[in-house]
Amino acid sequence: MRYALMVMALGVAVDATADTPKPAVVIADPAGRCVAPNDVMRRTHMDMLKHQRDRTVRQGIRGEKASLGACVDCHASKTTNSVLGAEGFCQSCHSYAAVKPDCFDCHSAKARRKDVMAGGERP
Amino acid sequence: MSIDGSRRAFIGASAGALAGLLIAPGVRLVELASARPDGESAPSSVRWGMLIDTTRCADGCDDCVKACDSENALGSSIESRQRPQWIRKIDIKDVRTGRQHSLPMMCQHCANPPCVDVCPTGASFKRADGIVLVDRHSCIGCRYCMMACPYKARSFVHEVLVDQNSEVPRGKGCVEGCTLCVHRVDKGQAPACADACSKNSRGAILFGNLNDPDSEISRRIRTVATTQVRADLRLDPGVRYQGL
Repeated sequence: MRYALMVMALGVAVDATADTPKPAVVIADPAGRCVAPNDVMRRTHMDMLKHQRDRTVRQGIRGEKASLGACVDCHASKTTNSVLGAEGFCQSCHSYAAVKPDCFDCHSAKARRKDVMAGGERP
Repeated sequence: MSIDGSRRAFIGASAGALAGLLIAPGVRLVELASARPDGESAPSSVRWGMLIDTTRCADGCDDCVKACDSENALGSSIESRQRPQWIRKIDIKDVRTGRQHSLPMMCQHCANPPCVDVCPTGASFKRADGIVLVDRHSCIGCRYCMMACPYKARSFVHEVLVDQNSEVPRGKGCVEGCTLCVHRVDKGQAPACADACSKNSRGAILFGNLNDPDSEISRRIRTVATTQVRADLRLDPGVRYQGL
C-alpha cells in the first residue's frame, strides 16, 4: 500500500513538470558563433537590443554587433523560417519564462533572404 | 535698399559655388551615393531631399505609389480611408487657366518639422541627415503629428500587421509616414519611388544631397525654378517641385 502511494505521488510529480514544457532551444545554425557567450546572451540580450535599437533608429548607425534582424537570421527554425511558434527559438523560451516579447508586433520574425542581410553572412 | 542677412548668405553661397565651378569644372558630374560604413552615424553634413518634376509626372501613373507599397509592405485589409499611405498621387487644376498637374505627395522632410514640435514623447524626430522619422518604440499613437502636418503625410496603423518587410518594422497603434526609404538610403540606394520612376523612364523624381553643391539635385534647383509646397509656412521642406 505504501509502495502504491509512493508510485502515485511520483506520478503526480512527473505530471506537474510535464505541464510546463521545457523551451525548445533549437539552434538552426549550431556552429557556436553567437555574438556573445550563451550565459551573457541569456542575461543581457534585451539590454543589448534596447541600446542598439536607439542608436540605429535615432543616429542611423547600422551594422552593430547586436541586431534583432541578425538574431532572427541565425535562430529562425529551419522548418518554419520563424523564431515564433511553439518550437520557435524566441517564443518557446519566453513562454517558459512567462515574458511577452513585443518585438515581433512590429518586426518580422522571419529570417531575411541572404541577399538583403546587412553586411552579408553573420560572423 | 537694405540688404538682409539671407540675401547676403545667398550672394556668398552663389559666389562660392561659382568659384567651385571655376576651380574644378566637371570633376564630379554625377554624385553617386555610397553606403555608410558600419558603426558610423548619419552625417549632419548631408541633407537628403527630392526634386519632383511635375512636367514629367504622368496623369494616371502611380508607379511610385506601387513601389512604395511593395518596398515597405504597406498592404492592408481595411477600407481605403484608413489604409496607411506614405505617398499618394494628386491631380490639381488651375481653374482660371485650366492647366493641370499630376504629382506625388509624401512627407516633405521639413527642416523645421511641425510633427516633431508637437510630439509629446519625442518619438517624432529629425535625423542628422534631414530625414524625418517616427521612433515607434516611443510612439504612443496620439496622432498629434497627423494633425500638425500640413501635407497630410502621416498615417495611423489601425490593424494588427503580419509579414512586414524585415527592414521596415511597423505595427498597430503607431503613426508612420514616408521614411525616405531610410533602409535603402543607408545602403547607398535611392528611395523605391525614385527608382521606380526612373525605371519607367519618366525620371520625374530626383533624389540627392541638397547640401552638396555638386550633386545633380543641387545643380537642378540652382538652374530651374522650383517651389516648396506651402513655402509660406517656412518649414523648409526637403522635397521640391518643378513646374508647379
